[in-house]
Amino acid sequence: MVDVTPADAVPPAEVGEMELYHPHSWWTKYVFSQDAKVIAIQYSATATAIGLVALVLSWLMRLQLGFPGTFDFITPEAYYQFITMHGMIMVIYLLTALFLGGFGNYLIPLMVGARDMVFPYVNMLSYWVYLLAVLVLVSSFFAPGGPTGAGWTLYPPQAIMTGTPGGNDWGIILMLSSLILFIIGFTMGGLNYVVTVLQGRTRGMTLMRLPLTVWGIFTATVMALLAFPALFVACVMMLLDRLLGTSFFMPAIVEMGQQLQHSGGSPILFQHLFWFFGHPEVYIVALPAFGIVSDLISTHARKNIFGYRMMVWAIIAIGALSFVVWAHHMYVSGMHPYFGFFFATTTLIIAVPTAIKVYNWVLTLWRGDIHLSIPMLFALAFIVTFVNGGLTGLFLGNVVVDVPLSDTMFVVAHFHMVMGVAPILVIFGAIYHWYPKVTGRMLDETLGQFHFWVTFLGAYLIFFPMHYIGLIGVPRRYAELTDMTIMTESAHHLNSFISIIAFLVGFAQMVFLFNLIWSIRHGREAGGNPWRATTLEWQTPQTPPAHGNFGKELPIVYRWAYDYSVPGAKEDFIPQNVPGDFRPTREPA
Amino acid sequence: MSVILVFLLVIAGFAGWWLSHQRLTAKPWLEQGLAGDLVGLERSALPTAKIGLGVFLAVVGCLFSLFTSAYFMRMGLPDWRPLPLPRLLWLNTGVLVLSSVALQCAVIAARRGQTDMVRLGLATAGLTALAFLIGQLMAWRQLTDDGYLLDSNPANSFFYLITAMHGLHILGGLVGLGRTSTGAWNGARPERLRLGIELCAMYWHFLLFVWLGILAVLAGWAATFVSICQRLLT
Repeated sequence: MVDVTPADAVPPAEVGEMELYHPHSWWTKYVFSQDAKVIAIQYSATATAIGLVALVLSWLMRLQLGFPGTFDFITPEAYYQFITMHGMIMVIYLLTALFLGGFGNYLIPLMVGARDMVFPYVNMLSYWVYLLAVLVLVSSFFAPGGPTGAGWTLYPPQAIMTGTPGGNDWGIILMLSSLILFIIGFTMGGLNYVVTVLQGRTRGMTLMRLPLTVWGIFTATVMALLAFPALFVACVMMLLDRLLGTSFFMPAIVEMGQQLQHSGGSPILFQHLFWFFGHPEVYIVALPAFGIVSDLISTHARKNIFGYRMMVWAIIAIGALSFVVWAHHMYVSGMHPYFGFFFATTTLIIAVPTAIKVYNWVLTLWRGDIHLSIPMLFALAFIVTFVNGGLTGLFLGNVVVDVPLSDTMFVVAHFHMVMGVAPILVIFGAIYHWYPKVTGRMLDETLGQFHFWVTFLGAYLIFFPMHYIGLIGVPRRYAELTDMTIMTESAHHLNSFISIIAFLVGFAQMVFLFNLIWSIRHGREAGGNPWRATTLEWQTPQTPPAHGNFGKELPIVYRWAYDYSVPGAKEDFIPQNVPGDFRPTREPA
Repeated sequence: MSVILVFLLVIAGFAGWWLSHQRLTAKPWLEQGLAGDLVGLERSALPTAKIGLGVFLAVVGCLFSLFTSAYFMRMGLPDWRPLPLPRLLWLNTGVLVLSSVALQCAVIAARRGQTDMVRLGLATAGLTALAFLIGQLMAWRQLTDDGYLLDSNPANSFFYLITAMHGLHILGGLVGLGRTSTGAWNGARPERLRLGIELCAMYWHFLLFVWLGILAVLAGWAATFVSICQRLLT
């Protein structure tokens, strides 16, 4: 034990105060704001808005899959456009933007005890470039030929050819431009998140005292900064292939009976670049979720997180490993068997740190004082869902299992469980958890219960049958599944069933949105620290936190983020900025 | 993808070195208060802006490593016809080196507080960087006149793409240099000015380093080097 005397309150003068930009008008306060909290809300609102578009697209797809041949307006071309835009929006414009731009912006400065991000102007710019990227993306819906229908992986050569919707129209050009803009905007924001964690921490906040939420977002941002350039390179090169006739990715190919001027390019090169980004992207979404879930579980089980150090090391290990597994998305493209063996091995090794995290969450719950609040329900649902999705990932990580299953609905079910449903559950939990800090009011409990149970059970009713459909061989990416011998009667019934549940789950999200808006005015007053949590964001003098976050003086951190139910302490939580030693062997301060 | 993996290995090594100084083996649940040994674990003494630039340069390095990776992978395909590098590139390289040296002089002058030398250094660096960009455009012109068009061969495509990317980064640097120079003429606070110049110099040196790397790749030395390494390994 480290010997620390209780009288260790140190004057706060040693932390240099940053120069805060103070807004002078309504515009600079609420629109062109440099305050990370406002930027966070802007990011979240934009991501949610575009996410709703993606939700509607998924409904349209389900209409076609559940009731094929009924809806004339869903042509095969339209179906591919729905798939592509749904995937791209959900993965990049919703999940990445919401976790890093939304939660990152709001929580990092508050949790590490900073007044704001270290480069507020660049931070503001980051949001506006992101908004521009979203607008360019949306504009492709209205462009001649519609949005691209190349699939969210945008594989060449088909992505820029005539047969593909948007291939020789505006669709693919707008898609690639939007991605390039997104990456530029994200890099601006990402620099802020990383450097704020490095340099913005208040006195006493060592790395090992950071809440796991910050660890998750921090590591994910580092990964994103290193992985997104790969997508950038791929997009720029494909844009040149499409617009200026180069042959980076385009082989010699005949289109509608015409020999194109491209020759010799390598579609595999694109796949390498794309997945070099694409696989880390899974963890860019998962790591913030891991971090947030750790904090939710610890707070709502009134117990310190089990194995904090292991949790930190596991986050770092997952981050590092995720850069050497990308080719497991390319087994079906063909590769040297030794490569396949290598990538299968690294893929399976990632299961080790991930399993450590799952065990630690479960052990944190063990004999905890579990409060089944809405955030806790979502956190528990996440653990179950993530284990489910992760296990099918272990199947698919093996070459021999992946090759027959790769083009079936099994893969759709797998990745929706592990990187669709699981992170979204965390986002919901996190919103229920931090909404009182953002608005000062609680979200409605009854509506929340409804939202949780419909979403959680609904997600399983949607995706469990989908595994089965995939195992009997129903292919993914097919717009029309009517006259196939593989489509048995029962598979048709299951598809219709899935579609109906999907509409119900989507409807529950409208209830959630209503709750979000209604509770701003009518929610129960929350007070500063409704969950009796230890981390710094709950210790701000005002709720919602004012400009500059903390009052005159920055808080000083005396302990880690998980002092719950400490024996001998008066309350069952000790905030990080409370000095003194509360262990029973000593006199309380 | 070996180039980017080597680059990431370097980044990982750096990150590992930094993390090893952060006492990741601490047991935070046992350590309360502000013990003396915690003080060393707080923020770095380096200016925040420099750390920010450092992180940004890692991202830029990543970008160029990926372009190089793609270059090597595409190079292995049969339709690759290397293009002759215009002689002008050597002159441009010299000009870029000059630009970096001038900025380094400005840094030294700023540390000594010699305003005139600072202005001279900044002006020289800005003008030589502009000259470099113009030189690059002229090199492009020469190549297109000789029939090495963007879309006629992947080697040409990569040449234009990578030099354009590098040029864009120089152009962005010039914006920063312009802002710093405005400060130097309008009497910015000395310590602020010094930081600005140091940041510019850091960026310039890095882009010079990237340019030398690009040159090695485009001229084919890098490929020769890699093949020698491969032969040694097998």
